[in-house]
Amino acid sequence: MHPFSYTHVSDTRAAIAAGRRGGRYIAGGTTLVDLMRETVERPERLVDISGLPLDEVTVTERGGLRIGALVTMAEAAAHPKVRSLYPAISQALELSASAQLRNMATIGGNIMQRTRCTYFRDVTAACNKREPGSGCAARDGFNRTHAILGTSDHCVATHPSDVAVAFAALEARVHLLGADGERRVPFAEFLLRPARSPHREQALRKGELVAAVEIPALPRPLRSGYLKVRDRQSYEFALTSAAVALHVRGGVIREAKVAAGGVGTVPWKLPAVEQHLVGERPTDALWAAAAQKAADGARPLAHNAFKVELLKRTVERQLRTVGGNQ
Amino acid sequence: MSTELPESAPPRSEPKETAAAPSRRAFVVTSTAVAGAVAAGGVITGTSLAGPDEATAAEAAPASRVSLTVNGTRRTVTVDNRTSLLDLLREHFGLTGSKKGCNAGACGACTVLVDGRRINSCLTLAVRLNGAEVTTVEGLTDGDRLHPLQQAFIDQDAFQCGYCTPGQIVSGVGCIQEGHTRSPEEIREWMSGNICRCGCYVNIVRAVEQTAARK
Repeated sequence: MHPFSYTHVSDTRAAIAAGRRGGRYIAGGTTLVDLMRETVERPERLVDISGLPLDEVTVTERGGLRIGALVTMAEAAAHPKVRSLYPAISQALELSASAQLRNMATIGGNIMQRTRCTYFRDVTAACNKREPGSGCAARDGFNRTHAILGTSDHCVATHPSDVAVAFAALEARVHLLGADGERRVPFAEFLLRPARSPHREQALRKGELVAAVEIPALPRPLRSGYLKVRDRQSYEFALTSAAVALHVRGGVIREAKVAAGGVGTVPWKLPAVEQHLVGERPTDALWAAAAQKAADGARPLAHNAFKVELLKRTVERQLRTVGGNQ
Repeated sequence: MSTELPESAPPRSEPKETAAAPSRRAFVVTSTAVAGAVAAGGVITGTSLAGPDEATAAEAAPASRVSLTVNGTRRTVTVDNRTSLLDLLREHFGLTGSKKGCNAGACGACTVLVDGRRINSCLTLAVRLNGAEVTTVEGLTDGDRLHPLQQAFIDQDAFQCGYCTPGQIVSGVGCIQEGHTRSPEEIREWMSGNICRCGCYVNIVRAVEQTAARK
């Protein structure tokens, strides 16, 4: 681990000032400390933001939910409002990491977490994300766990978060605090696809701080849930996953929010699946037909073609779980 | 500043105390002495903070002062900012119950309670723990009386090699406090952050179940 200076800040203005001077924010630290030890991350200045007042879950005026960036994964998952309003979020959180890590890691840090691509974490391997211009060892390497959607010639790494898949499905907004105040960015625009610059991962300006994630109010009743498919039953990243939220009224699907994880370079929203569902009556045949569109545009690599079919089946099963057997 | 101890001692054929191959006891005594020196104002480092190519940079490694309570005892130390809580406990406070398995948050052998919540001490920078209350496996006993979960691990034969056991026990204490013990399946899921290479999971679940049932 490279040496670094350490500052604990207790107000957001001081944090942002330190961030603008090149300081690196640390909250839960579960990704950052790990990557610093591997020398993948080499911050010279750490700014500890764990004392900032960004640790509340509140219901918004419009009936949505605002989850502070410093709320831990464990706290968010256990929060009664999260559990009752958006089960997909609490389920995604409880299917992530371990109880210990969820006690440390925060919501803001979770969506900022970096890929688990083994070549990214191996400083001797070529990786455009870690070392721009060095190449991508995963493209022709062991890429069984890598992305099939949103990839580029320069990067095929997946975004590892589960709860970010639920946030993407529910069309959350990320609240960012900067020197010029607060702004809101749609979740779909916050995390960046690799394209030609895989090292740029978030639409953040210098010194900007994630303050909260806001889930918009959605028509009620809303049923939602998260399914994660992985190599072992617990404490493992997703091969595929699906977050589904459905609003059914008068026997007709009025709103459908669907996103997939484990398959994209960013959490992968599935508008074609959603459009297939809206206006229809829920049936098993509908779930199957809609899920056929889940892997549209997929470009599998040498070792992950299985994800195409697995993704479709994951989405179909979760549509049926949330929408019911008809 | 050189590191005081190698991260992992080379394999030793005989457990003799020599300068080249200190015994486990000498190792612990040295660590304790270092911890004592720290209280007098020295700076302590972790054991594996700097690779060979970082030796120069490590000369001027920034350090910070931190006050924390470990198993009921208040400690104030100045630590190299890179020191993990696990290294602080093991190498400087002589509390070697918490184990270094993966050192990457993937195995749970380093699990301790911070302010009552179970966490991975290997991924926790010690400088961040000002004012924190840390409980390690050494802090679970009541004098000579084992914690009920420690006794349950013996009763249920919940270990073979024992390396993961302190982390399992501290994690189990957290799991019971959280109330995630309503079924063997729930215990398995909420204990999944602790890996046991010997595969003693069935008996570990029974030990947690036995202890939770007492409450």
